[in-house]
Amino acid sequence: VCFMSGGLDCSITFVSHILGKVCVHGRQKEILGVLVPRLTDLTKSDCIWQRICWRLVECVPDRGMEAVVLGFVQRASGADTLSRLLGNLVVKNKKAQFVVTQKMLLLQYGHTTTVLQNLLGYLSLDSLRRTLLLRVLQELLETWSSSSAVKHSPAEQQLYISKAILICLSHLKEPEIESCRQVLLTSMMEGVKCHLDSSLPQLRRLGMVVAESISLKINTEGPILKFEYKEDDETRELKSLVVQTPPFCVVPSLPDDESEKAGAVLPLVPESNEKLHSAVPVMPDEELDAELDSDDDLIPYDMSEDKELKIKAPVYIRDCIEVLTGSGSEDVDKWEATVKALESLVRKNPAATREVSVELAKILLHLEEKTCIEGFVELRQRAQVAVLTTDPIPVVEYLTSQFYSVNYSLHQRMDILDVLVLAAQELSCPKFHGKTNHSGAQKPCMQLLPGSDSSKDWRKIVDERIKSKTRRFDMGQSHVEVASCPNKFNAVAGHFFFPLIQRFDRPLTTFDLLGEDHLVLGRLVHTLAILMYLAVNTVAVTAMGKALLEFVWALRFHTDSYVRQGLLSCVSSLLLSVPAEWILADMTEELLETQSWLGDVMEKDPDGDCRRLALQNLLLMENLKKKLEAVPS
Amino acid sequence: MALPPPDPQFVLRGTSAAVHTLHFSCGGPNPDIPLLFSGSENGFIHVWNLKTHRVDTALDGHGRKSVYCVETMGGKDRLLSQGRDQRICLWDLAEGRTSVTDSVFTEHVGFCRCSLLKVAQGRWLMAMAARSLEEVQILELPSKTSVCTLKPEVGAKLGMPMCLKLWQLSCGSQPVLLAGYEDGSVVLWNVSMGKALSQLICHQEPVMSLDFDSEKAKGISGSSEKVLSIWSLNEQQNLQVYKTHKLVNAGISDITIRPDKKILATAGWDHRIRIFGWKKLKPLAVLDYHTATVHCVSFSDHSNPWERLLAAGSKDQRISVWSIYAQT
Repeated sequence: VCFMSGGLDCSITFVSHILGKVCVHGRQKEILGVLVPRLTDLTKSDCIWQRICWRLVECVPDRGMEAVVLGFVQRASGADTLSRLLGNLVVKNKKAQFVVTQKMLLLQYGHTTTVLQNLLGYLSLDSLRRTLLLRVLQELLETWSSSSAVKHSPAEQQLYISKAILICLSHLKEPEIESCRQVLLTSMMEGVKCHLDSSLPQLRRLGMVVAESISLKINTEGPILKFEYKEDDETRELKSLVVQTPPFCVVPSLPDDESEKAGAVLPLVPESNEKLHSAVPVMPDEELDAELDSDDDLIPYDMSEDKELKIKAPVYIRDCIEVLTGSGSEDVDKWEATVKALESLVRKNPAATREVSVELAKILLHLEEKTCIEGFVELRQRAQVAVLTTDPIPVVEYLTSQFYSVNYSLHQRMDILDVLVLAAQELSCPKFHGKTNHSGAQKPCMQLLPGSDSSKDWRKIVDERIKSKTRRFDMGQSHVEVASCPNKFNAVAGHFFFPLIQRFDRPLTTFDLLGEDHLVLGRLVHTLAILMYLAVNTVAVTAMGKALLEFVWALRFHTDSYVRQGLLSCVSSLLLSVPAEWILADMTEELLETQSWLGDVMEKDPDGDCRRLALQNLLLMENLKKKLEAVPS
Repeated sequence: MALPPPDPQFVLRGTSAAVHTLHFSCGGPNPDIPLLFSGSENGFIHVWNLKTHRVDTALDGHGRKSVYCVETMGGKDRLLSQGRDQRICLWDLAEGRTSVTDSVFTEHVGFCRCSLLKVAQGRWLMAMAARSLEEVQILELPSKTSVCTLKPEVGAKLGMPMCLKLWQLSCGSQPVLLAGYEDGSVVLWNVSMGKALSQLICHQEPVMSLDFDSEKAKGISGSSEKVLSIWSLNEQQNLQVYKTHKLVNAGISDITIRPDKKILATAGWDHRIRIFGWKKLKPLAVLDYHTATVHCVSFSDHSNPWERLLAAGSKDQRISVWSIYAQT
């Protein structure tokens, strides 16, 4: 590595060639690690060095151009540095242009945010390059708003593109925004639609954040788009990208605008304060009150009976039914009290509940919020679960039939699935009822996603039990820590499972699982996975396993990644729940086919979670094989 | 050991509808028949004879729409009633007549009770909520001419006026209006100039009812929350919060201060009537008789102090009449 010193007129082409060759051979790190900082320092103030640097990179042969440019972009410490080092290379050299505007933004997505910021900042700093910036923005928006891209590209790439869009937006100036306002608007509308359609919450949030930012940019006055979503680190990071002002901001108007607005707010505030007096209590000066207190003549009566008014909830289940179905706005207080008390009443009166279980289930399914109670959704769900666990068979028959009936909203159908899962959980492991209750409320599928970890948990529990039993052998069978009771889920597992799986491919007028309602399909698949998992040690488990495997096979190429994740967790539950011998006896062929499918998914599926799940499943299968080989046949 | 609260002296039944407003007429030149006027949800105004405890007359002038305000104008022969048919009716009840002599079409669809103030012999000022959302109109009766319209400034967002009280410091001085609004604030208006003198945010919820003691320049307001707010008027005509009192149950429909300014009564949504001492707002009694929301309370105007009564009208269609702290 050599450095020019003194104002010598020498040919840099040779150096460029060397640079190019070295970088192509993969030695970017070493050479650029030294070269870039040195050049940064030298070019800081010296114009000649800048031109030398530009000549240097311009002369790199095409073969090596990509590697060199990539290296420079990754190592530059800021957009202005990059600008000094590369100059207008992207405008002059076609290969460099391709690398910067296409390859790094659209074809690769592994670069860090700082690199993105440097890259796009570099494009924005010179007027010649700004046209490129606009073109880049348009292409990014095209990708962002294309529905096939949203469906098939991995989440990381989509995040990368969203970040790039936001950074571009932060660099745009007023006249440029004006010129491409229409384009921005149309792509925003299309893009938002595709993103909101997705079943993955992360993608939906991405769409919302980007759309909000675009709308903010193009609509400085008037109503802007505002979505409701949970803020988290990712959204905060994304939002911060738009706000940053680029270094060497040539546009003085931006900071001025902000200070103008701040100034306008202030005069309004003192005006409204003129006539308004805040409620500052003036404490009566009791010591100075020398008046004779004629109030002493008035003797208060006994007010001990004066307590808070409590509305009593009905004590009998049939009364509850009357109140809940009662017409009109008669007694909303009583209605509220009934809703709050219903779950405990149901659990305390199982016999009475069994008489009216289906009716109660019907009422609860259709119950709408009459007044504003806190936690209404949870109260209703817990009441439903209570009814279901008290009288499983008729109620589950009712609910599963309603799941496939016309004229229910998607929300109600998903409600049915949630209730089934929670009830199944309670029935199959009553000792864990208290613990998993709150975690299970929102997304039971996520918590119960079985992986290879939980198989080790099981082993631990079994080991502990064996240990505890051997220790107490002499003293006889004393109480084990966990009280065992018959598995209530055994009798009804089939009732939960088979009706749900039977009719998934028969579309109704308002409900088409295989068509538009893929969100519900995803939830259904996850529900089936959990039911399968909970059915361990039941009699029906093998039949369930077979049916589930067929179901998974039919849907394995579904385009929605949420559905595919569900299918893979179905396979996991299956492998964990169905006893190994039965799997091998009944389902060998199907298992082999599934294994090859899993291998395919692991390699080629665009969604990271799907790949991970496929890998776990393959590991489970391996474990299974080993277990069986270990047992002497 | 404190005494248990007294029972009602008597209970008037027979309105067959929730009672929304009460007004006594027991003083005046002809005191031998003490009367109580009540307005009900079925549109009738019942005139109760307090000696026989029966209805003497039933007036039907509001097209079966709820009557929510009843006041006498100088004696029991002239009555003013306000109903949900958007009308204020003036009745002539002398010599057994029951006719509506005049009516004012208010175009107000809310529940704000009007407020009357006698300014001269035969002349009254009446404050009522007008058609436009935030406005209060002052009319002169019986001529029905508009004196002024009190409009809050643009953007004040006070909401509907919920309760009004017209008063003047002494006969002949400037009439002033206190208005409680939907946003929880009480505004003091100068009627002759038509502008607001002071505004105070007393509650987070709408002000349901208020009453004012002009001698002590202190007022009290109740809302749908659990707090009673007592505020005072200082020399610069500015309202300030004096004290707040927390209640056991939320919701007050009506507050009234007894004419001798010693006690006050509140009508609660929790079916109870509470009595407080006015000086320091000392809780004195909780009268628990009604089985539904108490809509209104009213003190009688007996000239003889120990005949004084308190009446409360409730949604359970009964009017309870109490004799409480009458000896003081």
